[in-house]
Amino acid sequence: MDQQTKDLINKEIENNDVCLFMKGTPDAPQCGFSMAVSNILKILEVNFKGVNVLENQQIREGIKEYSEWPTIPQLYVKKEFLGGCDIIKEMYENGELKKILKDKNLSFKD
Amino acid sequence: MAMDLKEIEKHIKEALPDAIVEIQDIAGDGNHYSATVTSSQFAGKNKIEQHKMVYNSLKGKMGNELHALAIKTKEQ
Repeated sequence: MDQQTKDLINKEIENNDVCLFMKGTPDAPQCGFSMAVSNILKILEVNFKGVNVLENQQIREGIKEYSEWPTIPQLYVKKEFLGGCDIIKEMYENGELKKILKDKNLSFKD
Repeated sequence: MAMDLKEIEKHIKEALPDAIVEIQDIAGDGNHYSATVTSSQFAGKNKIEQHKMVYNSLKGKMGNELHALAIKTKEQ
């Protein structure tokens, strides 16, 4: 991964407390897995930025290397990689996601 | 670009010999699978590390030949 791509990803993660790398946008997801995570954040009324990797090939490939994670979506909360679709769904269902949002002082609908 | 269910199971078991692997072809198209993997090797690891172990067992096929594999990991 080149430095420019790394800087681009760093900037998104640093500027957005909740940053979701996804296929499509929160309003028009292009993949069921991206939609699932985006919907969870919407239900929790979390303020998040969706980064559409389909608009940027560098980010699309770079983020996999950056997180050492082969799939998209990928969720970052306060610069910490939380996981992909399966993990976020599980954390939502067992209440862990809310706990993390609370611990990190982020506003959401409880 | 598709991968056989048996092949996925084989890869996971090679990396995690004690694993109990249950795989379902969720869309019936040989391209969207769901796997539940139970192994003692997950002990003491967080979910991200556990899922990475499964991804790593697939040796780069995840996201390429294998489009979609939903993973659930359990400690034994």
